[in-house]
Amino acid sequence: MSMSRVGVLLLMLAAMSSAQLNLGRPVSSEELTKLDITILPDGSGLPSGSGSVATGAEVFAQKCQGCHGPNGVGGSFDRLTGGLGSLTTDKPVKTANSYWPSATTIFDYIRRAMPRTAPKSLTNDETYAITAFLLSVDNLVPKDATLDAKSLSAVKMPNQNGFVAWWPKRK
Amino acid sequence: MSKSRFDEEIVAGNGLLHRRTMLRGGLLTAGAAGSALAAEKIGDNLPEWMRKPGREFSGYGQPAKAQEGWVRTSANIPGRPRTSSRTPLHMLEGTITPSGLHFERHHNGVPDVDPNRHELIVHGMVKRPLAFSLDTLMRYPKETHVRFLECSGNSGGFGGATPVQAVSGEMNGLLSCSEWTGVKLTTLLDEAGVNPGAKWMIAEGGDADSMSRSVPMAIATDDAMIALYQNGEYLRPEQGFPMRLLLPGIEGNVNVKWLTRLKLVDRPANAKDETSKYTELLPDGKARQFMLVMQVKSAIMRPSFGFNMKGPGLYEISGIAWSGNGKVAKVDVSADGGKTWAQAALTEPVQSKAITRFRLPWKWDGKPSVVMSRATDSSGDVQPMRSSWIKQFAPGQGYHNNSIQCWSVDADGTVKNVYV
Repeated sequence: MSMSRVGVLLLMLAAMSSAQLNLGRPVSSEELTKLDITILPDGSGLPSGSGSVATGAEVFAQKCQGCHGPNGVGGSFDRLTGGLGSLTTDKPVKTANSYWPSATTIFDYIRRAMPRTAPKSLTNDETYAITAFLLSVDNLVPKDATLDAKSLSAVKMPNQNGFVAWWPKRK
Repeated sequence: MSKSRFDEEIVAGNGLLHRRTMLRGGLLTAGAAGSALAAEKIGDNLPEWMRKPGREFSGYGQPAKAQEGWVRTSANIPGRPRTSSRTPLHMLEGTITPSGLHFERHHNGVPDVDPNRHELIVHGMVKRPLAFSLDTLMRYPKETHVRFLECSGNSGGFGGATPVQAVSGEMNGLLSCSEWTGVKLTTLLDEAGVNPGAKWMIAEGGDADSMSRSVPMAIATDDAMIALYQNGEYLRPEQGFPMRLLLPGIEGNVNVKWLTRLKLVDRPANAKDETSKYTELLPDGKARQFMLVMQVKSAIMRPSFGFNMKGPGLYEISGIAWSGNGKVAKVDVSADGGKTWAQAALTEPVQSKAITRFRLPWKWDGKPSVVMSRATDSSGDVQPMRSSWIKQFAPGQGYHNNSIQCWSVDADGTVKNVYV
């Protein structure tokens, strides 16, 4: 290939790479602060605020118990507590406390999706309180605990090492 | 009439014929020519719809009246919200699911999204956080692919202790196949400039649940698409209007609908729907996470429960096969409970990660029989028997059931779901 042909090819490649439309609207960090609700298992993304087991018991009785039952058991919707140690039995009971590997997921899911009839209506304080109450039912936090971003991130779930990533090995 | 060389060539036990056998109707007997009386009108011998003008044009056509009852079905457990509706696969033919019959799975209803206020935000480990509206995405180059979508809970009923007697659409209808058109995801990721440390992408929907899932970057940068059209129309609201993530071959739930945010991160979020749900408990109490790829599978629709056989004779066995690994390579069919198998004909074009229709002629002798199908995909994966599939998991684990399904035919033609 002659040098001029190489030059033409390079120009064509340059033209192709500059074909990017670049129509995306730049998003500011202030905007992202309001929209980004992702919480990772290490607690990054958890908001400020805090809530106690006692407050959580009250809010749970008002806003959650109708569907999930007292202490998160016996309602018509998903069971939330108990079942610890059942995963290897003939009747595994998968609850938030027995099965979920990260306590942060409880906070995250309540904040984004609960209560079902009015999702995203709970304050951060209420969400911390309900999370603390649920964890306290199975003594995963003390009965007098108050949770915030730091203490929630430190909670060890009984099944935290119970998951095996299938991707990407796939065997 | 001369017979083709394939006519009635038995290739496997209990009357399975070669896949290229032509099934023909009986010979037409020529009618006697009527005497043409001068007073006779041709309308005298024709049905009423040929003797009066038909309906006017319509803005949006509706299905034939005879199709009444071809609707999505929904399991109704008293006291609990319905969480899904299923495609009546047993009624459909070919490979494409009509948009209004595409199965639904949503986690707190179908949101009424205003397309003028909806944006998709790409952020996290990127150089430039960006937002894309529907109008903006319309200006990007698009691509079109036929792809299936399957909920990972599909066919979970085949794991039960006793065979459930229900139509195949109830059993397998968390599966649909559409032609999707949209913008390749890498186009948007390239524009935002992904940092090399990004290993996962957290996708979030703009619904009441803000449903979210973590996607490995290898999947996001493969054949992922932001889908805007389904079968030539805008996405149906139940399918994520104005935009959804489409990850061909990946379990349905990860194909986030009403997609509003993609956050690039270095680890998965352990979102509720990738821990509490959509994980597979194993016999030792550990659980598989991120199984993601829907494995090779097939299901016979004719005969199946609800379609009883009407006496001995020639029938066409018809069903569908699909794989999240690529194309369907072949489908074998047995009519003797798995003792012998014959290769079915695949309807062209066989497309990657799309439903493929298979057919095979069967000369049923009227004796009790068990029919089953076994698909093999282009990666060499073969559908497992139910007994070997079930052994991999803890009791009651129902996700990713791709085991071989069996329909028994009694001497009186009754078709039932059976385990062999």
